[in-house]
Formats: sequence, structure tokens, C-alpha cells
Amino acid sequence: MNIPYTVEERPDTGLANGKLGIWLFLASEVMLFGALFSTYIILRVGSPEWPHGELNVWLGAINTVILISSSVTMVMAWASLKMNDWGKHRLYLIATFVLAGVFLVNKYFEYADHLGKGEGPWHSTFLAIYFTLTGLHGLHIVGGMVVMAYFIGPGAKLWRKNPEQFANRIEYTGLYWHFVDLVWIFLFPVLYLL
Amino acid sequence: MDNIGIHPGGEHAHVHTDAHGEHHEDLGFWRKYVFSFDHKVIGIQYAVTGLLFLLFGFTLMMVMRWQLAYPGKPIPLIGQWLGQDRAPMGIMLPEFYNQLGAMHGTIMVFLGVVPLAVGGFGNFVMPLQIGAPDMAFPKLNMMSYWVYFCGGVTMLASFFQRGGAAQSGWTSYPPLAVISPGQTMWLIGMIFLITSSLLGSVNFIVTIVQLRAKGLSYMRLPFFVWAQFVTSFLLLLAFPPLEAAGILQLMDRVAGTSFFMPSGLVVSGKPMLIAGDGNPLLWQHLFWFLAHPEVYVLILPAMGIVSEILANNTRKPLWGYKALVYSVVFLGFMSFIVWAHHMFMTGMGTTMSAFFQTTTMIISIPSVVILTALLLSLWGASIRFTTPMLFALAFLPMFGIGGLTGLPLGLAPSDIHLHDTYYVIGHFHYVVAPGTIFALFAGVYYWFPKATGRKMNELMGKIHFWGSFICINGVFMPMFIQGLGGMNRRMYDGGAQYVHNAGLLKYNIAIGFAAWGLGLFQIPFIVNFFSSIKWGALVDRNPWEATTLEWSAPSPPGHGNFLTEPIVYRGPYEYSVPGAARDFTPQFEPEKA
Amino acid sequence: MTHMDIEKTRNTIKMYIAIGVALLVFTAITVGVNQVHLAVPAAITVALIIASIKGSMVASVFMHLSHERRWIYGALLLTAFFFLVLMSVPLLTQMDHIGTPTGVANPSHAEPARH
Repeated sequence: MNIPYTVEERPDTGLANGKLGIWLFLASEVMLFGALFSTYIILRVGSPEWPHGELNVWLGAINTVILISSSVTMVMAWASLKMNDWGKHRLYLIATFVLAGVFLVNKYFEYADHLGKGEGPWHSTFLAIYFTLTGLHGLHIVGGMVVMAYFIGPGAKLWRKNPEQFANRIEYTGLYWHFVDLVWIFLFPVLYLL
Repeated sequence: MDNIGIHPGGEHAHVHTDAHGEHHEDLGFWRKYVFSFDHKVIGIQYAVTGLLFLLFGFTLMMVMRWQLAYPGKPIPLIGQWLGQDRAPMGIMLPEFYNQLGAMHGTIMVFLGVVPLAVGGFGNFVMPLQIGAPDMAFPKLNMMSYWVYFCGGVTMLASFFQRGGAAQSGWTSYPPLAVISPGQTMWLIGMIFLITSSLLGSVNFIVTIVQLRAKGLSYMRLPFFVWAQFVTSFLLLLAFPPLEAAGILQLMDRVAGTSFFMPSGLVVSGKPMLIAGDGNPLLWQHLFWFLAHPEVYVLILPAMGIVSEILANNTRKPLWGYKALVYSVVFLGFMSFIVWAHHMFMTGMGTTMSAFFQTTTMIISIPSVVILTALLLSLWGASIRFTTPMLFALAFLPMFGIGGLTGLPLGLAPSDIHLHDTYYVIGHFHYVVAPGTIFALFAGVYYWFPKATGRKMNELMGKIHFWGSFICINGVFMPMFIQGLGGMNRRMYDGGAQYVHNAGLLKYNIAIGFAAWGLGLFQIPFIVNFFSSIKWGALVDRNPWEATTLEWSAPSPPGHGNFLTEPIVYRGPYEYSVPGAARDFTPQFEPEKA
Repeated sequence: MTHMDIEKTRNTIKMYIAIGVALLVFTAITVGVNQVHLAVPAAITVALIIASIKGSMVASVFMHLSHERRWIYGALLLTAFFFLVLMSVPLLTQMDHIGTPTGVANPSHAEPARH
């Protein structure tokens, strides 16, 4: 049984099902992270003092650069498919995956630094929201990496069977990935700088 | 669009349709009935699971009502089996009463009503009503059900952990919820349920936007589909903050954080050793940001179901279709900005309080428009008093009472006296119980023939209806009197410890008997439901002579639903069209040449 | 996103790289401004403005929101509105405190009322 508009666009909406689906999912994610940002605002306003300088700004900045670069490689991975360049696509997709991994490695060092000093989320409200926001964001990075690994590995077969559908799926993965980058663009100044 | 020329499931009784023609390999038992991608199978899974949870949640309440009617007396029949930490010598402990209360609410709302109304009816009926072969993302649909199932199992399992199930209300307010037993599993269960909901809502919206049949413009959609559409947006955007809040409360419990734990908290005489600086009201904001739209999730599908049944059994178009559509969309939007009317007593200033009172009063307008449109639909009607119609008709005044009694709660000056009293319990139960649940019963009787190819028994249906209608009013009407008299909610002795409640305690006994009577009257329904699957009267495609698309598919529909591509020629409620040969002109019937 | 031909794709790729570089520049600006140690309200405003500029670039170019369809725009606009409500309203309920003893900036740290 064939579900219509899985690959081709429905004329009156101009959308394929997956495109609308991923955007709706991202809308819900905006509300999810929104609740955590709202939490940050309330807790910070209600707090007599808010710590500064507890986080490594340079590591955070490097991670920002890494994530932005991974966003560029991700969109290039999709554009390469549109140009029919399978080799470049693989290169860019794997690069995105690697950059994501480096981000996580940096995060690991950051966490280990705090936890080693016994400063976990229980230590202060600031660290509590820091660990929760970056932790949830980190889980989203892991999720993205799982999807990328699938498209690097077993999922790549779809390119031969149905190239348009494969390109669409890479596009949707990209949309998700850019969203993860977008969240970090706000997380970094809010947690590390302000 | 594809021509679904597949061998139909047959017009005979099988709850789970398995129409495989020569073109499809046989899927085997597990893929056909358990891990199916077919929206009809998934819909039935949701519906049956939801109904079972409704029954279980109701049973919890029947036990609670014993304690309230006869405080301190051993619970008959089951008291001896509950164990020392729940009911030593059969007498309910306060902790167990609180567990029953918290879990009754949680189970009814999140495991019963919404899965049945949205997961069950939405999944089964909506794709058929829009002429789609299935949902946009069938595999995601299957996942939604199983994640819900895991959430349900987690919630049930919580009864068996040390300390018992959650016992801080379905609202789970900190600091109490953070320090009480049972909450961790509740929170994990909620995270499963919310995830299931989110996956489902994406599926619903994409399906309605993308998979409507040819000729089915938005303003030709059955109102049921509009209701499900708005409901899905509510679920999509309102649930995530509660998911976040659930994670935060989970961290407060297991990671020692203080998101919601204020400084200087003293528990049982001992100061709590926490970082502090948390804000208990933050939980309330995040919780009610979902939970208010959630109550519209509870009512909107019900309004949709009632609309379909009214149109069909009055043999007239619904009055004010456009008004209904604009109202339901406006209602959905407003539902996001009224939430703090649940928090009038938390010390917010008069400006914000005025804001929320205003938005709450405004939101009552579309509700009234919808109810009025449905009532006006009865004027000049040729009413067929079938069982679904009886339930649908009863919905109208019951929802009216529920809605009207909400008004004093939405205004802060009166809410001061009524907040956290039995008046509130009476108000919201009128909307959900003789409101939504009656609509859901109506839907079961109405669409049972489409799902199974057989009709349910009318006599048992009428006994179910009248018994339930009388008893349910007996349960909830006295609560308004109790609440106005000042009786607080969530008191395990039924309020006996307060002198001002003395004259109100007698109602607890009457309410108890009404509740147990209500329980007895569900037996005809349960018997009817299962026996009709085997022995109900056989029907063809359109036993109710209805106009919407689902009645053009076989009963039950096969895999892929329609034998030929559905095309829509007109609006959804063309009943009694002047000059037509019959008193109904289905959407899918071509114009005469 | 409709199908693009090779030439357009090449131009779009140039745009992607350009935006990528711009994002890195803005990141440097963010960190640089932070070294200036502005007063808190100003610091928050500047940081949010820069982050919003970066975010809009990611959204409009990388996520091609600038030529997306009405349904997507509509859903996102709705979400943005509710997001703003979620950011501001809970805070407003905690800041509007008529009746609290004077001299207390935040009710959650108010002295218990003296009778």
C-alpha cells in the first residue's frame, strides 16, 4: 500500500509528508527547550546571586565553532546529493558525524572537570540548569549522530533504490541538525557568557 | 493517487480486519494483530487499552468512595487482599487513599480518555473520514501505541514499588511530590506517555493536511476531523513543557537538584540538605501550561464525535458549520493563554490575575458557540433515538452544566472560596464524565459497526445509557453542594475532621451508592461490546445512512481502506436536501448526470 | 524546497559557505563583547540580539525557511508566539507583587508577613 506524497510534493501545500512532519517535530522541540529556558529565567531572577566564571568560555566557544562547522558540512552533504555527487555527500556527512563526536568529547571533558570537583547538578541551581540544558542538548546530538550513522551505513542503500527519497531524508536530518545547532547558539551565550 | 483495488476484508465480523488479497503476502499473527502498521488495528488497540484503563481507574475511585462514605470501615470484598501497607485489616490507610486519588486522575486522563478519544477514535476514524489509505507515517503510528503501552505498564507497576504509587495528586506539586514515594515511576511513565502523544500528534496533523481525498477541501471536512486537527496542535505544542518539567522533577528526586525546592525547607522537623533556591511555582506554571490545553484535548474529540452523531440522527446538517470551525480553532489558540486560572491562589499580583481572568472569560465564548450550534442543530430535526444518539443528546446539557459551573472558578474573587473544594471536582467531572465519556460511549456504539461489521445490541445499550445517566448525576451533582459548603478535596476522611463539613458528610454515602450503581451499569456495556463482536446483527457499509466518507468503505474496511479512489463532491452533512430522492446525500456520491 | 538545477545549487553552496563564515565571525563577536563586561541588562540584550541574528541565518539559509511553504511558516509563527508566552508570563506572575512588604525585590525571598 502506497502512502501518497511520501516523496513527491502535494500540489496545494507544496510539501512532502516528511517535510511537514519534521518541521512540526521541531516546533515541539522549540517548546521543550523553551520550557527549560523559561526555567532558567525564573530561577535566575529568583536567585540572590548567580555564579560567573564557573564554565570554560574558550571550550564553549570552540564547541560553538565546531557545531556551526558541522551545520555547514551537513547542508553541504544535502547540496552534494542535489548535485548528484555521491562521493562529496559521503565526505560531508561523515565530517558532520565526526564534528558532532568532537563536540561530545569536549563536553565530556567539561562535565568531568566539574564532576571531579564534586560539583554536580546538586551543587547549585546554576549547575542544575547547566547540566540539564546541555545534557538534553547533548542527548539530541547523540540522537542526530545515530540517524547520521544509519544514513552512512545501512540507510545508504536507499540512494540507489529511490534517490529522491534519500535526498529528502538527508534534508530532514539536516533540518533537525540545524535546529540542534540553533539551540546551542542560544545556549552558549546564556550559560557561558551572561 | 493510487487505486486501491484490493480484496476487501469482507462484510462480516472480525474485529481486526485482515484483508489480504492475492497481491499481499500473509503477514502472520504478530504483524497483523500486534505490531501492525494499519491505523485501524492501532486504533482498536488504543481503544481497547483505553477502555480497560478507564475501567481500572473507575475501580480505584469506587474503592475511594467506600472510604469516603464509611471512613475507617474495612473495605468489603477486596480489603483483605490489599496488604498491610495499603489497608491493614482492610481499613484504608491515608497514604493509600492518596495513591488511589493521584492514580485515578492520572489513569483516567492520560491512560484512559485521551488514548481512547485521540488514539482510538482519531486513529480509526480520521483517515477513513478523509479518504486516506492510512496515516502519513504508519510505522510511527505503531510506535506511538507501544510507547503509550510502556507508559501504562510503568504507571501500573508503580503500585507495587515500596512506598506505593504516586500520592501527590495527578498534579504532582513539589515540594510534596519531590519528597513523596511513588513519583519517580510516575514521572518516567509520564515521559513515555508524552513522547507517545508527540509522535501521534505529528502524524495526525500531516495526515489531515496531506492525505485528504480529491475534492475534500478544509471546509468540507467533517467537524470530527477539525476537532482532531486542533487537538493535535494542542498536544504538539503544549506537552513538551510538561516533558521538560517532568525531567526537572525527576532530577530533583534522583540527582539532588533544587529546581522546585525552595531554600529553608524543613520536613518533619529536619531541614532538608539541598542546594535550595528552587521555585515550586515554576512546576505549577509548566504543569498547567500543558494541563489546561489538556482539558481541551479531553473535550474537543468528544465534541467532534457528538457532532457526527447529531447530524446523522437528526437527518439535518449541523447548524453553523463555519461558526463551529472558527470557534474550535479560536478555542485551541486561547487554550494556551489561560492556564494560570488554576493558580489564582498562588499569590500572583492583580494585573496578571486580571489577564488570566480575562482570557478565561473570553475562552468561554467559543465553547458556548459550539454548544449552542449543536443545540440549534436539534431544532426541526427528525430525531432517531438510537443508543449513540441518546449519549450524544445527554452530552449537551451535561457539558452545559460543566461549562457553566466553570465560570465562578475562572473569576478570582469567587475562586478564592471554591478553589480546592468539591465544587471543582464536580465542575470538571461534569465536563469529562457525563461529558466526554458519554460522547466516547456514543462513538463506540456509532462506529462499532464500521469496525466489526456488526451492530451492538440496542436494548443493552439503552439500559447502559439510562442507568449511567441517572447514576452519574447522582455522583457529581451533590459535589457542588459539598463544595459550596466548604468541603475540601483530597481529604481521606471525607472532610469529617472539619466542623463546617458536618452537614455535608451525608452526601458521601449517597455519592458512594451512585458510584457503585454506575459501576454496575457498565456491565451491560461490557457484555454488549464483546458479545456483539460474535453475535451482533450483521450490517453492510452504511447502516446508519450517514454521509461521511468512512461509510463508503466496507465494514470492516480492508487494508488500504477503499476499494476505489474516494472522491468528495459536496459538504459533510447533506441530509434532507430538498428534492433529493433519499433523506441523505453522501459526500462520496457522484452528482447525477 | 523545489528541485534546483545545478547552477542554482552551486550558487546556493556559495551562500552556505558565506553564511558559515558569517556565523563564525559572529561567534567571535559574541565572545569579544563578553570580554567588555557590560551591565547585566545591556549584556543580555546584546547577547540575545547577536544570538538572534545567528539563529535567523541558520533558520533562513541552512533550513531554507526563507523559501518555505505557508504551512511551515504558520506552524512556526504559532510556536514562536507560544514560546514568547512561556518565556514571559510565568516571570510576570512572579514580578507583579502588589501587597508584598516594600523593599523586597522578589516575592520568593520575601520575609514572612508580620502581623
